[in-house]
Amino acid sequence: MTEIFSIALIWSTIRLSTPLILAALGGMFSERSGVINIALEGMMLAGAFAAASVTHAVGNPFVGVLAGMAAGLVIALIHAVACINYKADQVVTGTAINILMIGMPAFLSGAFFLSSGSTPQIPKENLIALTPMAIAFVLILITLATWYALYKTPFGLRLRSVGENPEAADAAGVRVARMRYVGVLLSGVLAGVAGAYISIGQSSLFTRNMTSGRGFIALAALIFGKWRPVQTMLACLLFGLTEAVTIQMQGVVKLPSGEDIPVQFIHMVPYLLTIIVLAGFIGSSRPPKAIGIPYQKER
Amino acid sequence: MSLFRELIFPLIAVVAAFFVGGILILVIGDNPLQAYGLLFGSAFSWPVGIGYTLFYATPLIFTGLAVLVAFRCGLLNIGAEGQLYIGAFATAWVGITFAGLSPWLLIPMCFIAAILGGGMWGAIPGVLKARFGSHEVINTIMLNFIAVALLSYFTQYHYKSPGDPIMQTVPIGEGAHIARLGGFIPGLPEFIPLNLAFVLALICCGLVYIFLWRTKWGYELRATGTNPSAAEYGGISVRKQIIVAMTISGALAGMVGINEVLGYRYRYYDGFSDNYGFTGIAVALLGRNHPVGVIISALLFAILQRGGIPVDAFTEHVTKDIVQVLQGTIILFVAAEAFFRGPFAKFGLLKRSKV
Repeated sequence: MTEIFSIALIWSTIRLSTPLILAALGGMFSERSGVINIALEGMMLAGAFAAASVTHAVGNPFVGVLAGMAAGLVIALIHAVACINYKADQVVTGTAINILMIGMPAFLSGAFFLSSGSTPQIPKENLIALTPMAIAFVLILITLATWYALYKTPFGLRLRSVGENPEAADAAGVRVARMRYVGVLLSGVLAGVAGAYISIGQSSLFTRNMTSGRGFIALAALIFGKWRPVQTMLACLLFGLTEAVTIQMQGVVKLPSGEDIPVQFIHMVPYLLTIIVLAGFIGSSRPPKAIGIPYQKER
Repeated sequence: MSLFRELIFPLIAVVAAFFVGGILILVIGDNPLQAYGLLFGSAFSWPVGIGYTLFYATPLIFTGLAVLVAFRCGLLNIGAEGQLYIGAFATAWVGITFAGLSPWLLIPMCFIAAILGGGMWGAIPGVLKARFGSHEVINTIMLNFIAVALLSYFTQYHYKSPGDPIMQTVPIGEGAHIARLGGFIPGLPEFIPLNLAFVLALICCGLVYIFLWRTKWGYELRATGTNPSAAEYGGISVRKQIIVAMTISGALAGMVGINEVLGYRYRYYDGFSDNYGFTGIAVALLGRNHPVGVIISALLFAILQRGGIPVDAFTEHVTKDIVQVLQGTIILFVAAEAFFRGPFAKFGLLKRSKV
């Protein structure tokens, strides 16, 4: 067992949790404002593709990250316009975005890079070398900043109020639609960074559907963390740890019969935990009251 | 007027999506008309094009119906993906385990396995919602991933032929194969996997219609969807309806396995579903949550799927990914129907709706 539980495992956990934490905190801004965001996956894919393409074209990874943020923002804008202005079903819109974003990057890379869904390899000198320590520092900073913004600023109070009781917030003079826009757009920016991290941080190119469900794990972590910043970060670390353990275990730890331990059961852990928590077996996880309900201003 | 309203918005959504797609094709430097010509041309050629289009429509009719039934009860089942995998594996398991039985016994058993497997997987979020009030959307997303992991485990460790590099089970018994329609329709070659499951899908459309609009149970289910508190007051158990709706929904999704396993591959193939469950949401929405609408929109999405192949091959830049771009855009426009309603009301074509 000692081969598994080591410093390397901690670093690996941090690396694997990073996109989850970014996306989950992003999702928090959206959901606390009352807009369901199952489009995190699509926003991450957009960010990942834009970051890899732009870094390839420009040769500067920082510009790439900015492009990833911009791409996430654009996708979030579509979600926001549909859900807030046109009162579309938020889950359906999110599903549409996820399907769209499986196709769109592949469509564009097929056209621009003549590939079947991936961008060209980016040379190592054009990538940011990230040390786990630096990442951990940034993550803690972002989590604390989110916590501070949500609970200690007038902005956070307004954001939470439109997610809990938009009528009351409206009566108190808060502009509901505008706060929700801010929430959704922030989620797009953070999910875009998460995607950029996956394509040009963990890897050196974009491949088709490369987030492989991490947007949904982030969503699971958000629910497991009860829509609160610090708990959500811890949930992401836990889910990152399960992924890290699976990777470290492969080929190292064997069952007494000499076979590999089936990784599939470890993959299930985040999803099972989320169902259990949502059902109220471990404390209760209560979503924002007005989540999923379009707000119609009285005339 | 009412039928006009039912038809006009889905139609506009589709046209608008093709317009957006056309602009994208122009931007990357191809001719949209040529691409769309290829997209539709191949789907309508007899017999191969039409045969494949109907084959691709089969799973989408099942998943579209699945989403429809849940939706009529006020639930959004985005777990059809997981339910159809469980149904497919269950039917394959029966086909493998009882391979020696006579077809008269084995085929009904396989059908029941698909229905029960999908139904059970659909019932889980139903029970969780009815018992604990936890939201079916989240639970079905989670159950999709759990289903995929679980079946990948069973395939890899228990039902694969030793040494097979492909993640698929051993074949099912010959007795479990269901007939391909090529055997009945003159001119339709038998290599086209269109099979009896397509007929079954059409029958299910009729059954769902009769169930929802011609029976007391269907009435109770729809009453729950329209106004749960009024239904509860009228003596309907909302909790029971939620479980019933999710179970039927899952069972319908599970029947995709009949098409896939008993009529096409004759084994369970890991990860076979090309987003059928999610496309089912689009099919149901575009079809206005009505069985007839489901058939029409399933055919449209099947045409896209079939047509993507020649578009990929015969255009300079456009890949088959245009299909997913179009699908996503169609759902987006259908969901944001109010986007079109505004201009329509402005020009006096429609009365502004109450919503």
